[in-house]
Amino acid sequence: MKSSIKLTINGRDHDITVEPRRTLVDAIREDCGQTGTHIGCEHGICGACTVLVDGEPVRSCLMFAEQAAGKSIRTVEGLADGDTLHPLQQAFIDHHGLQCGFCTPGFLMLAVGVLERDPTISDADLLDVLSSNLCRCTGYQNIIKAVRAAAAEMRRR
Amino acid sequence: MTTATKSSGLKWAGRALRRLEDPSLVRGQGRFTADLPSAFCVRFVRSAIAAGNIAAIRVPAGATVITAKDLVNVKPILPMLHKFDYKPIGQPVLADGVVRFVGEPIAAVVAATKEAAEDIADDVSVEIDETPAVVDGRAALAPGAPQIHRDVPGNVIVEGRFKSGSFDKAWAGAAKVVKMEARSHRQNATPLETRGGHASYDSSTGRATLTCATQMPHLTRTAIADMLGFPESDLRVVAPDVGGGFGQKMSLPAEYVLLVWLARKYKTSFAWSEDRRENLIAGYHSRDQHVSLEAAFDQDAKLLAITADVVANIGAYSCYPTTCAVEPLMAMAELPGPYDLRDCQCRARGAITNTCTMAPYRGVSRPVITFALERLMDKAARAFGIEPVEIRRRNLVDKFPYKSATGLEYDDASYQQTLALAVEQIDLPAFRKRQHGARAEGRYLGIGFATFCERTGYGSPAFAARGMEITPGWETVMVTIDPSGAVEARIGSSPHGQGLRTTLAQIIADEVGVSPAMIRVIHGDTDRTPYGWGTFASRSLVIAGGASLIAARKVRAKLIKIASSMLEVAETDIILEDGHARVAGTDRTISVARMAREAYTQTHRFNGEIEPGISEVGHYDPPGTFSNACHVAIVEVDIDTGNVAVERFLVAEDAGRLINPMIADGQVHGGIAQGIGNALLEEIIYDEHGAPLSATLADYLPPTAREIPSIELHHLETPSVNSITQAKGLGEGGCIGAPAAVINAINDALAPFDVAIDEMPATPQRIRAALRASQNGDRA
Repeated sequence: MKSSIKLTINGRDHDITVEPRRTLVDAIREDCGQTGTHIGCEHGICGACTVLVDGEPVRSCLMFAEQAAGKSIRTVEGLADGDTLHPLQQAFIDHHGLQCGFCTPGFLMLAVGVLERDPTISDADLLDVLSSNLCRCTGYQNIIKAVRAAAAEMRRR
Repeated sequence: MTTATKSSGLKWAGRALRRLEDPSLVRGQGRFTADLPSAFCVRFVRSAIAAGNIAAIRVPAGATVITAKDLVNVKPILPMLHKFDYKPIGQPVLADGVVRFVGEPIAAVVAATKEAAEDIADDVSVEIDETPAVVDGRAALAPGAPQIHRDVPGNVIVEGRFKSGSFDKAWAGAAKVVKMEARSHRQNATPLETRGGHASYDSSTGRATLTCATQMPHLTRTAIADMLGFPESDLRVVAPDVGGGFGQKMSLPAEYVLLVWLARKYKTSFAWSEDRRENLIAGYHSRDQHVSLEAAFDQDAKLLAITADVVANIGAYSCYPTTCAVEPLMAMAELPGPYDLRDCQCRARGAITNTCTMAPYRGVSRPVITFALERLMDKAARAFGIEPVEIRRRNLVDKFPYKSATGLEYDDASYQQTLALAVEQIDLPAFRKRQHGARAEGRYLGIGFATFCERTGYGSPAFAARGMEITPGWETVMVTIDPSGAVEARIGSSPHGQGLRTTLAQIIADEVGVSPAMIRVIHGDTDRTPYGWGTFASRSLVIAGGASLIAARKVRAKLIKIASSMLEVAETDIILEDGHARVAGTDRTISVARMAREAYTQTHRFNGEIEPGISEVGHYDPPGTFSNACHVAIVEVDIDTGNVAVERFLVAEDAGRLINPMIADGQVHGGIAQGIGNALLEEIIYDEHGAPLSATLADYLPPTAREIPSIELHHLETPSVNSITQAKGLGEGGCIGAPAAVINAINDALAPFDVAIDEMPATPQRIRAALRASQNGDRA
């Protein structure tokens, strides 16, 4: 009982055929071949699979692919503009905001979603937002620094 | 990128260079195991029962389901230790008639998609005749406890005993004896990427390739070839980008063996991605220990002797390669910690239970013994009526080299200095004043110290002392300059987030005279790298770094020889820097690239005096070195809810020479965050029948950004004489000190209530229970 849907990822259409139970993250990774979005828990806690759906950060393991049909999906692969990294990507490098890099795409998309909506977000609110994803390597110190630095850069632009 | 050369007076090592790993990872271009497409997906049917005999396995018609009876001539996972009365126990790849913990793999379902494999697995019915289970380590040692393995009566798989010659005399001279019972509950390393493997088969060569999330690719190959009975050269093991490990990915998973078996049998590709539930219940556990500790002090609060009884609940099987003896035996060997005492006694046992197998997790046992010893030091300080800082000051080792009561050699370090630095930075008198004021307002602040030393970067002699049949230790690095002048370093070690591609490139760059960006470090592939042990035990920067330095020095010597020949001057007149060899005092230069091209394509010019090509090998097997640190936590405890907020965390640490301070800080941050999680939140809970109750990340709680305060780091750099780069290891230290510092701080905060929190994690429930039980604790 598969159905044909169109997923629009980073501006590109993917015509795929999926079962109703196919999660968005599985569709992004396996049907559309975009493996930059990672799976960490499949129950909505860790946030490794965070993508933007119509601009909002979403746990793509908790959404069915069909629910995202026709919507605009952004993943980590769409952040950079050719050779130019997004300010958040650059800040993660500059501030050592990643170690193994597995949680990084999820943190980047979470932060992009929030900062594009409100680049003037307070430090306290930002900490609240960042506490929705898990990282096991960095102790969050440099993720917080990187996101704050990127927020400053995005405000400047 | 700026240059760091002799003429500029800079070196690459020692600089906070941005990581070479990062550009691909931030673009989502990392390549992790689960990113590989496969022909078939595998789902494991696991035991829902902690102990029992398999009566029947019923499989849906037409399904491909592998069980133990299919695995003819497949040997079990059977690590071995030749000391400490170790009893070998084997774990079959799939349960063979008996199940011993919930989560044990019983059958493997193969299907075209993971959804289909899960559907079939749901329809496989396993009938198990349940037998009594034992879950707690001490309960497993009690008379009449169910016996879990036929060959291990009493469930004691390993027993270490140590007693110094003058122990009884020292004990008899005690002015005061302080006792404590420390309990560390079970934890899971919880890398963000769970385990997973992908096995494929190449019909043209008859070889299989296993791509998997591992910290030890070479040993994974050795183990699987041994178990399946084929030459190692028939298997390639690849560790691609690996999403954290923290020890959990160092032990061999039975699942990987089965994937290779499938690929060889069916000559196609198979993938398995562990789901989070599988990881939490069956992906190896750690830290489950009871420690009874007593210490004898003289009248000046100087330690005379300590005695410990350690029972580690090692779970149902023994992990490969270290064996499950790693926790109890490390507790015994490193029991005296950073303190100067001459006498020590220890009994350390591993108890088999019907729980998930225990395996190394960041810090391995030392977070637990440090917690026990540091709690004891605080209790002793209280008994003597002195500050916790003062009792440490009186007892920390301050003359090096120092031989510990258990025979370990401590190299130059800064135990006293890191304590002094931490005390100065935290401003203890100001805190005590603030604490006093807060109590008057009904707020309970506390400060906790933990001082510790940590054996790091140890080679084969240290592992051999445990009697391991497989004795890791050394590393090999091969540094090659190809005909284009590009430098490659092939390493046997296997980083998975530690930034080794950057730090090793920094070490090599200083010798070879090129920038780190010109150096490609190749790792995690048995076809492309020399045999090596992998990344674990705070060892890679020290040991693979040392091997890199040795190989790079040989390359440097060869380049100078080639330059001497090409420029027709004495070798002593050659300066190698900035990608060029230069004749001292002149502007005559020749590029490394040109020398490299010459070394391959114009060898006839060297008249047989220089061997062709540029490729040199370094081996390194050091004795080991000790890092040290003082951790300080300031917490506030809400006595009504039992909630603990860590307000401040300060570290003064010494890991010798820092090769990349930015990466070093990141390692310490991450370790401390895990240590805070271990101290307050993380616990794998079983019910009395052996059913795991912590099977999601809503039950097992790694800390979020909310629970981790800003961490203040201060470094001292005492160069190690036991490490040719002078660096010491620092991957685990954060995790070792933090639990003790945090729980000492909780106890300090609760001092007015006369309670003792001697369990980790110190959850709100435990804190509330202690307050309720205390005479003056429950105001409500």
